[in-house]
Amino acid sequence: MDWLTPLIFAPLVGAIILAFVPSKQTETIKGVALIIAIITFILSLFVYAQFDKLGAGMQLTVNVPWITSLGIHYHLGIDGISLLLIVLTTVLTILAILSSWRSITEGVKGFFVSMLILTSGMIGVFCALDLFLFYIFWEVMLIPMYFLIGIWGGPRRVYAAIKFVLFTMFGSLLMLVAILYLYFQYHSFAGVYTFDMLKLMQMPIAINPQHWLFVAFALAFAIKVPLWPFHTWLPDAHVQAPTAGSVILAGVLLKMGTYGFIRIAMPMFPDATATFVPYIAILSVIAIIYGALVSMVQKDIKSLVAFSSVSHMGFVMLGLFALNQEAVQGAVIQMINHGISTGALFLLVGMIYERRHTRLIAEFGGLGKVMPVFSAFFMIVMLSSIGLPFTNGFVGEFLILLGAFKANVWYGVFAATGVILAACYMLWMYQRVVFGKVTNPENEKLTDINWRERIILIPLVVLIFFIGIYPTPLFERTEPAVRQVIAHIEQTRQAKQDLERIDERTLALREGAGLSQKVTEKGVTR
Amino acid sequence: MSEYLFWIPLLPLLGFLINGLLLGKLPRPVVSAVACVSVGLSFVLSLLLFFELRSLPPAAREIEQVLFTWIAAGSFHVDIAFLLDPLSAVMILVVTGVGFLIHVYSTGYMHHDKDFGRYFAYLNLFTFSMLTLVLANNFLLMFVGWEGVGLCSYLLIGFWFHKKSASDAGKKAFIVNRIGDFGFLLGMFIIFWQVGSLEFKTVMEQAPAMFVAGGGLITAACLLLFVGATGKSAQIPLYVWLPDAMEGPTPVSALIHAATMVTAGVYMIARSSVLYMMAPDALMVVAIIGAATAFFAATIGLAQNDIKRVLAYSTVSQLGYMFLACGVAAFGAGIFHLMTHAFFKALLFLAAGSVIHAMSEKQDMREMGGLKKYLPITYMTMLIATLAIAGIPGLSGFFSKDEILWKAFSSQHGHWLLWLVGFITAGLTAFYMFRLIYMTFHGKERMDEHTRSHIHESPRSMTVPLMALAVLSVIGGYIGMPHIFGVTNYFEEWLAPVVHGPGHQAASHALAAAGADTSMEWALMAASVILVIIAIFVARHFYNKKPEAATAMAEKMSGMKTLLANKYYVDEFYGATVVRPIVNGSLFLWKFVDVVIIDGTINGLAVISRDISEVLRYVQGGKVRNYATVFVAGVIVLVAYFIFG
Amino acid sequence: MVPIHAYLMLAMILFGIGAFGVLVSRNVIVMFMSVELMLNAANLVLIAFSRALGVVDGHVFVFLVLAVAAAEAAVGLAMIITIYRNRETINIDRYNLLKW
Repeated sequence: MDWLTPLIFAPLVGAIILAFVPSKQTETIKGVALIIAIITFILSLFVYAQFDKLGAGMQLTVNVPWITSLGIHYHLGIDGISLLLIVLTTVLTILAILSSWRSITEGVKGFFVSMLILTSGMIGVFCALDLFLFYIFWEVMLIPMYFLIGIWGGPRRVYAAIKFVLFTMFGSLLMLVAILYLYFQYHSFAGVYTFDMLKLMQMPIAINPQHWLFVAFALAFAIKVPLWPFHTWLPDAHVQAPTAGSVILAGVLLKMGTYGFIRIAMPMFPDATATFVPYIAILSVIAIIYGALVSMVQKDIKSLVAFSSVSHMGFVMLGLFALNQEAVQGAVIQMINHGISTGALFLLVGMIYERRHTRLIAEFGGLGKVMPVFSAFFMIVMLSSIGLPFTNGFVGEFLILLGAFKANVWYGVFAATGVILAACYMLWMYQRVVFGKVTNPENEKLTDINWRERIILIPLVVLIFFIGIYPTPLFERTEPAVRQVIAHIEQTRQAKQDLERIDERTLALREGAGLSQKVTEKGVTR
Repeated sequence: MSEYLFWIPLLPLLGFLINGLLLGKLPRPVVSAVACVSVGLSFVLSLLLFFELRSLPPAAREIEQVLFTWIAAGSFHVDIAFLLDPLSAVMILVVTGVGFLIHVYSTGYMHHDKDFGRYFAYLNLFTFSMLTLVLANNFLLMFVGWEGVGLCSYLLIGFWFHKKSASDAGKKAFIVNRIGDFGFLLGMFIIFWQVGSLEFKTVMEQAPAMFVAGGGLITAACLLLFVGATGKSAQIPLYVWLPDAMEGPTPVSALIHAATMVTAGVYMIARSSVLYMMAPDALMVVAIIGAATAFFAATIGLAQNDIKRVLAYSTVSQLGYMFLACGVAAFGAGIFHLMTHAFFKALLFLAAGSVIHAMSEKQDMREMGGLKKYLPITYMTMLIATLAIAGIPGLSGFFSKDEILWKAFSSQHGHWLLWLVGFITAGLTAFYMFRLIYMTFHGKERMDEHTRSHIHESPRSMTVPLMALAVLSVIGGYIGMPHIFGVTNYFEEWLAPVVHGPGHQAASHALAAAGADTSMEWALMAASVILVIIAIFVARHFYNKKPEAATAMAEKMSGMKTLLANKYYVDEFYGATVVRPIVNGSLFLWKFVDVVIIDGTINGLAVISRDISEVLRYVQGGKVRNYATVFVAGVIVLVAYFIFG
Repeated sequence: MVPIHAYLMLAMILFGIGAFGVLVSRNVIVMFMSVELMLNAANLVLIAFSRALGVVDGHVFVFLVLAVAAAEAAVGLAMIITIYRNRETINIDRYNLLKW
């Protein structure tokens, strides 16, 4: 039974249905969108239930020829990593739709249609096992996001939307070139044309083209992550995007980058991965510290959270490139955690933005008095974001740091300073927003969050504590997948090292022979 | 019985959940009942388990309960599991016992506060975290408690969050603690990658095989753990948060910032005593930092006028003593002082709270005086605690402090200089504590009329815990009397299976058994008692008999006084060297690196392509005939090329 | 029989007149007629070769071109009328809509 196709296309079908609802019936549109999101979520739960947690390799695969003349297949499949990201996507979609209930008043239909198309694209990326299909879904995500930022965004939305699209397009074009190179390379290797990731992974690639291919893919993914110094689109996009857009952007779209690394760039180019480990790890450490420092001095809460994302995603990247089981599993969990925590932060910021129409920290103060429930939720989410033990953030960060420390002591040491800095910027922001006296008279009449808003936040808070206290279900499911990726990289690297060692030995032998020859020559001359 | 171990931390957690989730919905008596009963039950359970533990033979005194796997990834595996052994048994008794008394006290002290429920929820959460810290069977779960108590400390210091100074102090406490946690984390990494486990038992068993004794790795691990301890236990250089933490409600200062949380660092070092014994260099650092902090904080305590700040610096100083004990490998003495200090310092804070309560929330000792007759119970209990902390023979503080001083002198890791610093500090302690007593309770009544008319002794819910703690402050010391008194040191014996300075203890036993020369120990003990008594009389002279002499003295040494009153300008120093450069550097990164360099490059590329287009656009003149002309010209050129080319 | 070079000569002259007309005239209608003239010059070449070589391909092409030209004339004239209504002129130099 094919579970993934309905999961991917349910939101798309929903978007088409929505297109036939008259634009004026906004309540119907919201209702339909919500129902479709819930159906998608239920489908993702079915997929979760169907998934065999012990099984290695791809599960629930579908492989149907699609464009036979070009060797393109409709090839889907998931492993533990994609499974978790899919469930995260469907959960966040529901919450994002709920959060837009009141805040979107213009062009309601277009907004929800875009949201649903976006969801299809995201789930598709996580399921695709054919590079062509992957690329299509990758680009499909871009267009609705462009509209979400560009139409429903803040005052500088057009600049932000164009910046977002240009950055991402730049990366994806390089990726397209690399995909085509692989496609033709595979033809000369095996005699057939294919875009199948699993087959392409088996193809040995010479070290030099491997480097170039890795760079092309890595750029595409690093821009999406975003890794320092490709991050400048992120604060603009986040600040301008509507709440739902920010939630999806931070919660899922950024994960596309790291997912791309672990699904494509790392296993496909193991030698290049080994070569680039130091560079990417250093960039990640810079991202961790830089993002934290810069978010400390932000004046807008949303851009503060955006820069904190740079820091947190730096942790994920560092974990991936520490290349040991502990760190990579930590990184995978941290991808989920970041989606939950940062998603929740953006939702919370959206809630006060709806009330005050400003996000400047200086405008607030003393919210603890007027909005106690909001402040409590904000506190929990903030603590998860700074990685307090027994919240989700700690589990991921700890494993990443542990693994990074093993890979290279200094990565661990410098990255761990991010833990201190995270406390600095988050607590300082929280203090200025929630603590103190109510100085601004406009804040005095603020109402606390209502039931709809509580329903949005409660699932995330539950997840924060669940993953923090009992992360085993997640670790069980990602373990085989991570093990496989690392084993694949290790094997290839090992083989290469053996080859080098043989080379060295022959070289040494040759040199030795040369030496002895010289000696004998000398002897002769003597 | 032992299967109920996990209920000890769980009960306060349940109390927290009930009070926290039903915040504002429960009436006050229910809130205080839930909070006190949960901790009280926890205390009863701790007692029962303590007696069960005691019934076991010394070598087998260990109850372990594994609940479930917490984190398992690759070779890393950590359980949620609790370990009750003699060391953690002492700690849970102190935490739940003193904690319970302080909960009871709080019902009276916080009675008028409108955030009553939130207060008790936090207090229960704190008790849960602290119990997790001491009962954890591995470093990581300990770290959970470690960060948890830090969080509660943050929440409780900033409890009156509408005050800027309170929320500032809370934030400072959390961030400074995080700096310490950074060290703790790295220390754990070293231990894990060297030993392959974070479980205490495994680590302590494997460490001798996995580390080179005295090597760089073990020294680094111990020092990093000690960085964590300096953060949590307010030692140089990370002590700065504790005095500011006095912004919190006074019972919180008693529970968190005197009796329990701040001693976590001492507990952690005693718990890792095996590791520290392998790293003599690290031990030496611990001892020096401890002694320096003890002295340094005591000098600041001399010039403070806020009653709680005096106690805060006194706490820092006493914690320094405990670290001094650990640093000379007398871990048992450190834990002993931890326990007696929990009694008398909690009492001091609670009594100070009672004073503040009576004085309509005024904390400046210069506005007090003569309170003895208004607050008889508070005065008596506080006097007992002061005598205990000063080290008057017969009270708990005397035994523990004297043992530390003697160990600092005699231990193979000790040194007479360490003893001397501790000795002088004992004199300073007696002086500033009696200065406090005389300024508060004796002499002229310096408060204004309005305040005076409101002075009243505290309600029963507050005085009963005071009396209970006073009793403990008196008798608490008798379980650990020195060998030279010719009795068994029950406390040391009890802890012996867990914390040991190997060799050291045996030697001291042997000494006592052989009836060897004990004159040195007697002499040192007498010297410190004499010093303390002199110090008390000096304080009496300056602050009771002739207050004008104190002012004259202060004028003569005004430079010194300003320096002390301003706490050696350490906060200002940190502000100028750490905080401001970081903030300015961050602004530079944002405004220059991000906006100018990175975005500038990208926007620059965009501008260049736009400029090129600016020029090229003139080709598109919009005149159809121009296009046609170009077109025909192009055709002619092409045809000519094909014909003639 | 008329030799093929005569047809080609004629076609060339017609094409030249058409091209000249397009380039120098400012009147849109005249330009349009000139374009038609060029088109038919090309048709003449096709027919001539088709006859000379005895294959029908050229005829087929010419029919196709005539059909397209008819459609193009209809659309083109309609566009000219629309533009005329807007601009009230048939001077091509005023039709500078393609400008940047």
